[in-house]
Amino acid sequence: MSIDLTQDYFALFGLPRRYALDEGALEAAWHELQGRVHPDRHAHLSDFEKRRSMQWATRVNEGFRVLRKPLARAQYLLELAGVDAALETNTAMSPEFLMEQMEWREAVEEAREAAEVSELEDLHRRLLGHAREVRGHLAAQLDEHQDYEAAADTVRRLMFIEKLQQEIDEALLALEN
Amino acid sequence: MALLQITEPGMSTEPHQHRLAVGIDLGTTNSLVATVRNGIAICLPDEAGRTMLPSAVRYHADGGIEVGLGALKAQAVDPRNTIVSVKRFMGRGLKDVTHIEAMPYDFEDSPGMVRLRTVQGVKSPVEVSAEILRRLRERAEASLGGALVGAVITVPAYFDDAQRQATKDAARLAGLDVLRLLNEPTAAAVAYGLDNAAEGVYAVYDLGGGTFDLSILKLSRGVFEVLSTNGDAALGGDDFDHRLFCWILDRAKISPPSLEDARRLQMKAREAKELLTSCDEAPVHVRLASGEEVDLVVTREEFAEMTTHLVQKTLAPVRKALRDAGLAPDEIKGVVMVGGATRMPHVQRAVANYFGQEPLTNLDPDKVVALGAAMQANVLAGNRADQDDWLLLDVIPLSLGLETMGGLVEKVVPRNATLPIARAQEFTTFKDGQTAMAFHVVQGERELVSDCRSLARFELRGIPPMVAGAARIRVTFQVDADGLLAVSAREMSSGVEASVLVKPSYGLSDDEIAEMLRSGVDHAGDDMAARALREQQVEADRVVEATEQALGHDGHLLSAVESAEIRSVIARLRELRAGTDNRAIKAGIDALARATDTFAARRMDNSIRSALAGHKVDELPI
Repeated sequence: MSIDLTQDYFALFGLPRRYALDEGALEAAWHELQGRVHPDRHAHLSDFEKRRSMQWATRVNEGFRVLRKPLARAQYLLELAGVDAALETNTAMSPEFLMEQMEWREAVEEAREAAEVSELEDLHRRLLGHAREVRGHLAAQLDEHQDYEAAADTVRRLMFIEKLQQEIDEALLALEN
Repeated sequence: MALLQITEPGMSTEPHQHRLAVGIDLGTTNSLVATVRNGIAICLPDEAGRTMLPSAVRYHADGGIEVGLGALKAQAVDPRNTIVSVKRFMGRGLKDVTHIEAMPYDFEDSPGMVRLRTVQGVKSPVEVSAEILRRLRERAEASLGGALVGAVITVPAYFDDAQRQATKDAARLAGLDVLRLLNEPTAAAVAYGLDNAAEGVYAVYDLGGGTFDLSILKLSRGVFEVLSTNGDAALGGDDFDHRLFCWILDRAKISPPSLEDARRLQMKAREAKELLTSCDEAPVHVRLASGEEVDLVVTREEFAEMTTHLVQKTLAPVRKALRDAGLAPDEIKGVVMVGGATRMPHVQRAVANYFGQEPLTNLDPDKVVALGAAMQANVLAGNRADQDDWLLLDVIPLSLGLETMGGLVEKVVPRNATLPIARAQEFTTFKDGQTAMAFHVVQGERELVSDCRSLARFELRGIPPMVAGAARIRVTFQVDADGLLAVSAREMSSGVEASVLVKPSYGLSDDEIAEMLRSGVDHAGDDMAARALREQQVEADRVVEATEQALGHDGHLLSAVESAEIRSVIARLRELRAGTDNRAIKAGIDALARATDTFAARRMDNSIRSALAGHKVDELPI
């Protein structure tokens, strides 16, 4: 059982339920919460209290993870708004977006095969810039227009981009080993 | 279920009652025990004034067990029964141990963990480590004048679940209550950070006798947050000795040496390495069993040259840890050097080159881990003072996952996630009418199961027959603050639920541990039943005391009915506590825990809300 099952992560961390987020305030609240619930604060108490502390601290860490990562935060906001983003099944994307993705993917594949570390690093940088731009749209859709359908579409785009970033990371790691 | 005692930052708990707690650095080469006395962390010496206990254990034919310097000196005369660097075998199978061919032991490969045949029978590395821990516990109890409430034991940050579990088992076997397994670089960061009031992002480069860790930590306002960790659990000062040993064999044209000669030459290699820290060259003079003499000189440059690949090998984990933290080398404010092997000048040079700054060497690399562990032990034992309002947020070093089709790993918990953490994943059946499902839990970063460490296998049975893909099996991984994993699985889709809990134990089952405890010399006279009763009584007292304190402080959060109900459960537990039935007392504790469930949640909620609003609980109107 958690501290309060009905309390959402934004409330738990004392933050407004918005996509735009004060990262400093989030981190300060995380430290404050863990300062109270962390197992290290309860190590001298009974086994029950220790177990409970672990469960609470686990929930606080999970909340921090969800709120800190832009994509996870956006997905969570959609969930709170009751919007089914159908993230796993709905893969219908605009043709331009798919075209663009294919181009990125080919570039990564070429750089990987040619073992071009600097090219991969450059792609990674460019993709980061692109993701920042897309997240800008997402902030407007969620916070200003409350257009959750459009936001769900943007979230799916971001998932593609993150997947690609992971692939670049893995390619870089493989080249290093 | 439980009630949490809420302590305000800066509010100490019962200052008159100082609980005895220690920090133990269980090292590959040397081990230390430290405690906080009058607010200052100190390493406790033996009767001869030495703080470092060589991690060497000798089993004598007459049943005696020698630990420390005496055992270390006996290496050359009784190599087979004198175990050194046992940490390298913790939670490891025969195939995982490097340089095994150069070791004089009589190994027995057993599932999960290698064992050693000695004159006193087959010993597990857990038992050997327990002898070292027992000696340190006795030293601490003699020095502090009482029984310990618990200990913080340090482990390499890059230790996996098997190695951590083995360490905890060893402590249990040595009669120690483990307050926490603490990562060595984190312990060092605590000692360094608190002493120097450090703020900012630091790297801890920890090269011990047999393990290497690199942790990146952010220190801010009393919070020590580990951003990432990486390392090599089989790389340390021992490998530098081994390289020099091979060089000596090569130069002196000895092949292969006898067990005794090998030991002598290894000890000589270590001495020469240590000498080269302060001298430009070191003599290697050994008389072999045959009477033949080895007479060589090794220079600092030669030594640096022959071990440069080992130094380079430490830099790969450094790069990975930085990348995981999303940082460049020049964003690191300081590099803290830990472990005796960081005394080697060419190691310091390589680190300075990589980070573009001189590493911090103004602390004793041998003691800093034990001192940090002692500070943490002091706080965990409940001796928190005003200046101890700091918090550690550590991470899991290696990803955890499950085997899926084709021998691939599905990651469930990613590396460098902050602890404690829980993650769940859903699986389904792939055959019609399938009623059981097998799970294989692994740890590591590689894609193939065969390249990762196998932690546990278990089966979920009793799944109701359904068409393929209809069952929903939820597997939950929970990793606690010690970095130890518990896995459970449950079938969700039908009304029927089945669950199984797995606590991997790596070669030593709980029964085996219990048996070892029973047969241990220390506990031969112990009455197990009396001990169990005592434990439950202590637990009952703690729970009653905590509940009454909470009622006194926060009774306003309860209605009169709720409050009366809790009081009646306390009264019942008091009655049971006066009796001698330990099971009944346990049931009473459980009942009180359940009865205070809602109260605990309300108190924590209240505490958190006022904290986030910027008030202390005491300041709120009641």
